[in-house]
Amino acid sequence: MAKEVNQTQNFLKGIIKDNPVFVMLLGMCPTLGVTSSAFNGLGMGVATLFVLLLSNIVVSLVKSQIPSKVRIPAFIIIIASFVTIVEMVLEAFIPSLYEQLGIFIPLIVVNCLILGRAEAFASKNNLISSIFDALGMGLGFIIALTVLGATREILGSGSLFEFKFVAEDANTFILFILPPGAFIALAYLAVLFNKISIKIS
Amino acid sequence: MDYIVILIAAVFVNNIVLSQFLGICPFLGVSNKVSTSVGMSGAVLFVMTIATLVTYLLYQYILVPAGLDYLRTITFILVIAALVQMVEIILKKVSPPLYQALGVFLPLITTNCAVLGVAILALGLEGGGLLKAVFFAVANSIGFALALIVFASIREHLELANIPKGMKGVPINLLVAGLLSLAFLGFTGLV
Amino acid sequence: MSKKKDTFLNMILSLFVITIVAGFSLGLVNDLTVGPKAKAKLERKINALTLVLPPFDNNPVEDIKMIKSEKAKDSIEVYPAYLKNEFIGAAIIGITYKGFSGLIKIMVGFKPDGTIQNIEVLEQKETPGLGTKIKDEKFLNQFRNKNPLSFNLKVTKDGGEVDALTGATITSRAFGEATQMAYDEFIKNNDLFKEPKN
Repeated sequence: MAKEVNQTQNFLKGIIKDNPVFVMLLGMCPTLGVTSSAFNGLGMGVATLFVLLLSNIVVSLVKSQIPSKVRIPAFIIIIASFVTIVEMVLEAFIPSLYEQLGIFIPLIVVNCLILGRAEAFASKNNLISSIFDALGMGLGFIIALTVLGATREILGSGSLFEFKFVAEDANTFILFILPPGAFIALAYLAVLFNKISIKIS
Repeated sequence: MDYIVILIAAVFVNNIVLSQFLGICPFLGVSNKVSTSVGMSGAVLFVMTIATLVTYLLYQYILVPAGLDYLRTITFILVIAALVQMVEIILKKVSPPLYQALGVFLPLITTNCAVLGVAILALGLEGGGLLKAVFFAVANSIGFALALIVFASIREHLELANIPKGMKGVPINLLVAGLLSLAFLGFTGLV
Repeated sequence: MSKKKDTFLNMILSLFVITIVAGFSLGLVNDLTVGPKAKAKLERKINALTLVLPPFDNNPVEDIKMIKSEKAKDSIEVYPAYLKNEFIGAAIIGITYKGFSGLIKIMVGFKPDGTIQNIEVLEQKETPGLGTKIKDEKFLNQFRNKNPLSFNLKVTKDGGEVDALTGATITSRAFGEATQMAYDEFIKNNDLFKEPKN
């Protein structure tokens, strides 16, 4: 059953071809909810990658021990544990990020991306493949969130990673840091992404 | 009086989907037909209300007194998953046609961030109290239903429109959602 | 790859083991982070106190007084500050749930006569770029050295003197309310700290 899996392909697919946000439409809630700034998008992306990686690893290691009927509850317990760990670590060591991400930290547990990869990949593949899958998908997620966050921050606050490049009183497209702006910015980024991925393939 | 404020806030001012970004996955995924949206909304109303009721009691009377509030996330999601299973089983026995109608939406509710999100938000309401928390859940599911059904009716019309190739599918849906969200932004300051 | 059979025993057993391991790990991480969490909280508090109060030489956190307030769910924290045993001000927590996104918690530093020394925003979930500007110098500066006796803490739209943030009237209004609440509690409980520290 051991096929020669091309780990590079395995890793890269998560970035363009199967990008979780733009292609698979997974993890929409945090994507729209925390990307009012580049830093928040990046932080959420990294937190999600952390959980995704650990969850894929554990699921891949214990997959043969879990009866198929209870696999979903089992995955949920595993994922929820790692999310809780991230919650506790952030609150203790990076409280500013913890405050910014707010309710979306516990919501990582229902990020369909993580449960989706556990179910569709980690429970059916070996450890190494699962690690690369998580890294690729996680990176694709980070890129999507950071780019969206940066777009919204630049247009909406005139800054990037808190570094302001317009005057204090300048009029910015405030719309983009408000809820409608999230949808609209993502819509146009999706169009851009489609154009780019067509060019690449 | 408080309750009217909660209702208006949850449905219009802080709409769970269009302002708080919870429940986006079903919002984008299930809203291609009004009929399925109604079904999903009904299922969400049911699960969200009962889930908030159970998780609120669990949190206040078991987790907090035992100093285990860090187990909040994991216990809440397990409660929700268990509830969804139970609802499926009960519905199958009690009303097979309704079960058929809701079909695949039921298991999807487990990963509906709106359910977990509302359960957590209900813990931080001003003044607290079980009744308020449950009412909050009901109000939010009404808000969810409103956003979903309105969006679905727009999408049904959109099927017949002439959309540029690059915008078809995801982009135009997101754009419509954005305009809807913009419209709801107008309710700011209502309460 | 072989999966365990779907027998009832296997299902219960595997879930049980996973839960035990999960519970144990979470308990462990909790123990590890409880300390740093409390430390971070305390540091933030001391930072805030230093920012909102005139210079002091006591430890306001140690001298903390809790007072019951009808406006808030739990008791309010009051931090009296002394310099060379003389009462030179107190920091009081002001709370409002009327922010755009709910809770806004601020710490207001008062001089003995009720004049505002400075305000620090402790907790808020307002709209980034709009309501969050209540943390900005530009907004906070209008409150410094003002006494709520003569400075109306309502926004100008409501007939007061607070210059609201553009596009964030609700947040600004709530902020004013929280400040008013802190002031009211300060005046009401003034006798608590009048005596010099022994």
